[in-house]
Amino acid sequence: MAGSEDQFDRVAVFGGIYSNHLALAAAVEDARRRGADALFCLGDLGGFGPNPDKVFPILRGEGVRVVQGNYDDSIGRGLDDCRCGYTDPRDNHYARLAYDYAFSNTSGAHRRWLAALPPAIRFRLGTLRVLACHGSPRQVNEFLWETTTPSHFLTKLAADAGCDVILGGHTGIHWARRFAPRGWYVNAGALGRPANDGRTCVWYAMLSAEGGRLGVDFVPVRYDHEALAREMAGEGICDEFITTIRTGWWTTCLEILPSKERARGRY
Amino acid sequence: MKDLNILPSASTAANGLGGGRVAALPRGAESPPQVPLRALDQLWFQVSGTVCNLRCRHCFISCSPDNHSFWFMTRGQVAAALAESVPLGVKEYYFTGGEPFMNHEMCGILEDALELGPATVLTNATLLPERTVRELARLAAGSPYSLELRVSLDGVTPEMNDAIRGEGTFARCMEGVGRLVDAEFLPIITAMQSWPDAETGRILGGFRELLADVGYDRARLKIIPPLLIGEEARRTQGYAPSMRVTHEMLHGFDLDQLLCTRARLVTAAGVHVCPILLDYPDARLGDTLGEAVARPASLSEQACYTCYLHGSICANTSASSEF
Repeated sequence: MAGSEDQFDRVAVFGGIYSNHLALAAAVEDARRRGADALFCLGDLGGFGPNPDKVFPILRGEGVRVVQGNYDDSIGRGLDDCRCGYTDPRDNHYARLAYDYAFSNTSGAHRRWLAALPPAIRFRLGTLRVLACHGSPRQVNEFLWETTTPSHFLTKLAADAGCDVILGGHTGIHWARRFAPRGWYVNAGALGRPANDGRTCVWYAMLSAEGGRLGVDFVPVRYDHEALAREMAGEGICDEFITTIRTGWWTTCLEILPSKERARGRY
Repeated sequence: MKDLNILPSASTAANGLGGGRVAALPRGAESPPQVPLRALDQLWFQVSGTVCNLRCRHCFISCSPDNHSFWFMTRGQVAAALAESVPLGVKEYYFTGGEPFMNHEMCGILEDALELGPATVLTNATLLPERTVRELARLAAGSPYSLELRVSLDGVTPEMNDAIRGEGTFARCMEGVGRLVDAEFLPIITAMQSWPDAETGRILGGFRELLADVGYDRARLKIIPPLLIGEEARRTQGYAPSMRVTHEMLHGFDLDQLLCTRARLVTAAGVHVCPILLDYPDARLGDTLGEAVARPASLSEQACYTCYLHGSICANTSASSEF
């Protein structure tokens, strides 16, 4: 795994995979084509999608550097809950469906691999000190939404963590903010499901640095989402999850959203 | 209760980046447990003191038109605390009372807060005329942060609600909710549970139908357990003597579930542990935020038992999973 000595100029950062192996394969190919020096994944490999074991050969074969998410920690340790951090019973109902399927369909070897993942990875991007984590540097399942995360809060998080740039995920919706001359927060969103924007593509972040200047681009990934939807149906995965893949609108796990993010969606 | 929104300390500490363990709690037969502030994630403002236009029969701090124990905060007082909160890395601002919209500076206060971070107002929605809702919509649209309106409504019918909140309050609240929905807010409708657990599904369904009738078809609902203090202790019954948080109960307990490890409450007369313990002199931690964050919270009051059982119920996303 990357340590503090690793230095890159251009990296691709993937959020939650949620077992969407088709989007992952498409994103890897796209990122390589765009000249990424290294690929990072911020955890939550299982979730809404089908056949969770299919993502591991891609990640390992392509040398993707993976941070452990709450999902990965739960499955790796054999816990009975994903600890996604939802607080509403409707959210938890669907989280339970997704977790039970992912848990029972992840092989023992892959569970052990998940258990050994690091909770954070540090590296340099140009001269910037980067910390890649899943939720936040202080809490693996912390939700950092764009409209409920003050810049002064990010300043303190970065200072406490001793970094310039924080890379996170967990929420599933990508966003970025520069909060200090060298300070950035980048949420990579998710490869596993669309960004609740009515589009069927998914997103990842491409970061490049020239010295201490960071460039952030969010890249849409089009993949065969109909094939994924058919595979999900074949696995007996619930219709609500399939509808999200086919329409781009979140149908579940909505109660955790702040009002502005909720208002942008259909449900 | 499930571990929901906060990981066990060991997991948080594992990344070596913060959220470490709290020092061992002092033991003693008489002294209540004390817990330090871990991070000031939530800053609450008792922005209308204990003054409210309603006189609810379950109010845990007995707010009413004539309860002047705590007076209104000025916009200047709030602004000073907001400025103090920035280097402390506060994540969310909450405004409560009393009824916050009795404070005639409320919209200005929200304008100041929304420049810094997300804001939530806990309101009974009976003082939201069109012009106020328009101003709130303007503030929400002009900020990068979310403005949440959390509306207290304690029943799905006038009979059910008004028995607790007072004659005519159901209709007045629903008028306010309707205006908020028309202005494209997604208010969080909050009810104190006054029914048996077995009834919860039916009641939630009733709320969804009721709100759909005013055009709110994706209602956000929050049910909170009763706090057996203030008026509620008189309406039903108070806590049994055994209902206290003890040192033993905290062994292996995730302290992040307690609001007092994550929040402080600013009032016109000092800074307190949390909004529940406003009436308790021992819960006043100092004159300034700086003093109050440095002092631990004492889990000496019986209301702490409810927070212990259900998680920090006051936050928008509380730890409670029971509903």
